[in-house]
Amino acid sequence: MSIDKDTVKHISKLARISLDDKKIANLSKDLSSIMKFIEKLNELNTDKTSPLTSIINASLKSRSDEIRDGKIRDQILKNSPETNKEFFVVPKVIE
Amino acid sequence: MSNISEFSLTRIVSGIKKKDFTSEEVTRSFINNSKKSKKLNTYITECFDQAIQSAKNFDKKKDYKGLLSGVPIAVKDLFCTRNVKTTAGSKILHNFVPTYESTITSNLWSQGSFLLGKLNCDEFAMGSSNETSFFGNVINPFGQKLVPGGSSGGSASALAANLTPATIGTDTGGSIRQPASFTGTVGLKPTYGRCSRWGIVAFASSLDQAGPMTKNVKDCALLLQAMSGYDPKDSTSVDIKVDNYTSKLTEKIKGLKIGIPKEYTVDNMPNEIDNIWKQGVDYLIDAGATIKNISLPHTIYALPAYYIVAPAEASSNLARYDGVKYGHRAKGNNLVEMYENTRSEGFGDEVKRRILIGTYVLSSGYYDAYYLKAQKVRQLIKNDFDKAFTDVDAILTPSTPSSAFKIGDKKDDPVSMYLNDIFTVPVNLSGLPAISVPTGYDKNNLPLGLQLIGKAFDEQTILNLSLAIEKRANFNKKIKVWWN
Repeated sequence: MSIDKDTVKHISKLARISLDDKKIANLSKDLSSIMKFIEKLNELNTDKTSPLTSIINASLKSRSDEIRDGKIRDQILKNSPETNKEFFVVPKVIE
Repeated sequence: MSNISEFSLTRIVSGIKKKDFTSEEVTRSFINNSKKSKKLNTYITECFDQAIQSAKNFDKKKDYKGLLSGVPIAVKDLFCTRNVKTTAGSKILHNFVPTYESTITSNLWSQGSFLLGKLNCDEFAMGSSNETSFFGNVINPFGQKLVPGGSSGGSASALAANLTPATIGTDTGGSIRQPASFTGTVGLKPTYGRCSRWGIVAFASSLDQAGPMTKNVKDCALLLQAMSGYDPKDSTSVDIKVDNYTSKLTEKIKGLKIGIPKEYTVDNMPNEIDNIWKQGVDYLIDAGATIKNISLPHTIYALPAYYIVAPAEASSNLARYDGVKYGHRAKGNNLVEMYENTRSEGFGDEVKRRILIGTYVLSSGYYDAYYLKAQKVRQLIKNDFDKAFTDVDAILTPSTPSSAFKIGDKKDDPVSMYLNDIFTVPVNLSGLPAISVPTGYDKNNLPLGLQLIGKAFDEQTILNLSLAIEKRANFNKKIKVWWN
C-alpha cells in the first residue's frame, strides 16, 4: 500500500509531530517504500497461527504491593524545561 | 612494556591485581588515546576527570574483589548514568541528566569498574551506520570514509581503536553484532531476559537487550558475567542462575552439532562472505563439531515482521518525549502545538519515519493487517528455531551480508539500510542469544564476522564455539592508526 500525503498528515497528527510540505512529500515516498517491503508478509498464510505473546517461557514474578521509594519530587522535576514550585509548567490549556 | 591500552580486558584486570600497573595508569592510557582520537567522533560525553579520581581512589583502597576491579569503561549513551548526561544520540535528550543509574551500569560499578565516558550511537538506537546520531556520524578506524555500523557504532569504534578496554551496547535488531563485525571485535546479544533493561532508553521493549562488546571471546565471557542477572525492577528479566562463563569457557567442543541454515544468503552477497562461512565450518569441524545442513524457512520474512514490531513498540515508547518532563522543548501557542513542535525539532528523520510507521500500523483499522500479522509471523520464525534446536546445539551464519560500507552510501534509501540486519534480526524476534566473532577479511582488508546463535540461556555454548573459531582464525587486527 502506498502512503499518500494525506495519510502522512493524518498519522503525523496522531503522533504529534508537525511536518512541513517538503517533509510530508519525502515521508510519503519513504514510508511507501517501507510499507511495500513490509507487505511481503501477505505471501504467508497465517490463519492457523496464533500470534506470539512472549518470547521466553517464564512466567512473570509477582511481588508484594508495597511502597519502595518516594519523596523524590525534586529529582523528578530536575530535568523539566519549566517548573513552578512543585509543578511542571505547560502552555495554558483552559481559557 | 607495550601500551596498556592494547591489552585485553582480562589482561588489564589481572595486571591491576598483580600490580603490574595501577588503575590510574590504565585509565590515563585510555584517556590519552581518547583525547587524540577526536576524528573518530566516538564520545558524546567524556568523564575523564571523574575517571582519574575514581582510579586514584581505587589505587588507595586496593579492593580487588570485583570481576572488573579498577577498570575504566566507556558505555553506549543509551544507558542512564546518574548525574552524567544521557542523550540516546538525540537532540530531544541533549540536556537530559538522569537522577538514577541503569541496572547494567550499576552491575559494572559494583564489580569495581567506573565510567570513562558515554559513546555515540544512532538516535534512539535506530540505525545501522551511526549516521542518524544528532552528534554526527562515527568513523570506523578501518577507514576514514567507512561507517562503524550501528547502532552501537561509537562503542565498536572506541573499542577497535583502543579507547576503552571493553564496552557495552544494546541490540534490538543487530546493533551489537553488526558493528562488532564491521570493526573486527566480539559482540554478544544475550538471551532476552538475561540482562536487565531497567534504565536503558527504550526502543522496542520486546526486542531490546544489552550486551558486551570486547576485543576477544574471553573478555566477552567476563563482561557478560558482570552484567547478567535477574533484576526485580525489570519484570521481563529472568531469575535463572547465571553461569560462571569464564571458568566454564573452553574450546573443547567435541561432539557439538552445528546447524548451517541454507536461507542465510542474499543476492549479490560477496563471495568472501561465503568463503569465510565455509572457513568457519572447517574450523568447527577441526575442533570436533559435527555439521548439519538445516532450514529456517521463514527467515526471509523476519525483516518485514521486524519493521512492523519494532516501529510499533518505538512509537509507543517514544510518546513520552513531549517537552514537559525532560529534554528539549520547543515553543507553541498551545499545548498540542508545543508537543508537535517539540517532537518535530527534537527527533531526526529516521526516528520520525519509525514513529510514523509504528503509528500507522497500530492505527484504527490496520492493527490486524499489520501488527497482529507480524506477531503471527514472529511465532513462525521462533518455531523454525525451536525445531532446529531439537537437533543442533548452535547455528553458524555470517553476521552481516557485507563488510563496512561508505558513509552516505545507504543514507537516502531506508530499505537498503534495513537489509544490513537481515542475518541478525531473526535472533531478536526469537529472543535467542547470538555472538559475532571476527573471522577474517575481505579483499579490501575489512573485517568480517561470523554469527553463532544459541539456545535460550545457553550463552556458554556459543562462547565456547566462538573461542574455538577465534583460536583457529588467528584474527590479527590489521589496523593502522591514522586518526591521531
